[in-house]
Amino acid sequence: MTTLPQIVSGLAQGIPFTVVATVGGIAITIVLSFVAGFLLLSPWRGVRFATRIYVEGFRGTSEIVQLFWIYFVLPILVGYQLVPLVAGIVVLGLNHGAYGAEIVRGAIRSVPRAQYEGAVALSLTPAQRMRRVLFPQALVEMLPPLNNLFIQLLKSSAILALITVPEVTRQAREVLIPNFGDATFTIFGLVFLIYLVLAGLITLVMRLLERWAARRLGRRPLRERRVLEPV
Amino acid sequence: MPLWDWNYAWSILPDLLLALVTTIEITIIGSVIALVLGLVFAVLRRARIPVLDQILWAFIEVVRSTPLLVQVFFLAFAVLPALGLQWSAFVIGVVALGVHYATYTSEVYRAGIEAVPVGQWEAATALSLPSTRVWIGVVLPQAVPRVLPALGNYVISMFKEAPLLLAIGVVEVVNAAREAGSQTFRYVEPYTLAGVLFLLLSYPASLLVRRLERNR
Repeated sequence: MTTLPQIVSGLAQGIPFTVVATVGGIAITIVLSFVAGFLLLSPWRGVRFATRIYVEGFRGTSEIVQLFWIYFVLPILVGYQLVPLVAGIVVLGLNHGAYGAEIVRGAIRSVPRAQYEGAVALSLTPAQRMRRVLFPQALVEMLPPLNNLFIQLLKSSAILALITVPEVTRQAREVLIPNFGDATFTIFGLVFLIYLVLAGLITLVMRLLERWAARRLGRRPLRERRVLEPV
Repeated sequence: MPLWDWNYAWSILPDLLLALVTTIEITIIGSVIALVLGLVFAVLRRARIPVLDQILWAFIEVVRSTPLLVQVFFLAFAVLPALGLQWSAFVIGVVALGVHYATYTSEVYRAGIEAVPVGQWEAATALSLPSTRVWIGVVLPQAVPRVLPALGNYVISMFKEAPLLLAIGVVEVVNAAREAGSQTFRYVEPYTLAGVLFLLLSYPASLLVRRLERNR
């Protein structure tokens, strides 16, 4: 067990990369989910179609293909190489944003039609309708599936190891396993623990958001069971 | 040098298609493991056997909340050496993928089983059917069709996550693309073709699942 401090510090060096990749990826995911989600509801067919191509393109291909494409192919096409961590964050965001767009679209569509009609009857403008009536109700619906999506993203951040980002998984694989071959269970036990804690933190923040969003509507938070369908 | 060379693209296509067969094999065998093991997990958890239930719960939570890549490495570098076993990369990959997704499918089955009306259980008990017949004859025929679309989505997810196994040297599509690219230093065609192959298979599959969802 004399190796434990070295193992811990090796993994600890990876944590900032995992956290930055996840937080950065989530930030891009949130922006893209809302932008693409709203565009999917656009009255213009052309806009919906173009957004569909983004959504289906990223949902239909493997995340690893996207990662390698942006990291190895894009530099050839545009002559500019992204730093591995940035390339990784961009792919995590683009990929999960495509899934998030469906969540946002679905949540807005699931608001009862009478709510929309009521807002029209009160002669609210389209912007007011969305901001005051539809969106606050949709937000409550979309937070639990977004929680799953963000945890999915955290787990996906491990593939950044394949493009040399020294995050937790790569630290374990490239630095610790070759050096501490007799302590593999300790190494992996700690790696699992790190991801569990990070996933727990994401869930904690999302539950607080759910409570806040529900309270705004004067409801109790609806806590749906985790994962039924892949988001 | 042109950005896209059709001759080169054609020349590497056979290798990529061959590797695609491996990816499909991984998906099919992995799916069988995930679908069967997930059902076993769901039925066992329903039985609520003390200790075993807690172990299963912890196992499912840990596997679901941690990256597949870490689990692949864990199996390859910790579990198998400890057991004194040597598996090929393909087997390690398939088992890791199958077990990982079994934790997801078990949740899907559980939701399906819980959606079977209580009256069905009560009627089966009233007829004093043995528990195997309750499951096989009454509960599962009602629970499984309901969750088929969700299971189908996971099969598609497995297909798209199979390239992860290149990390332990399985030659699936993305690895074959990398090989082709490293020989010629041309990466545009291999990786683009790899992406197109994924899209060609998974998009129609996802349309199929969506149709299944609607017709339910």
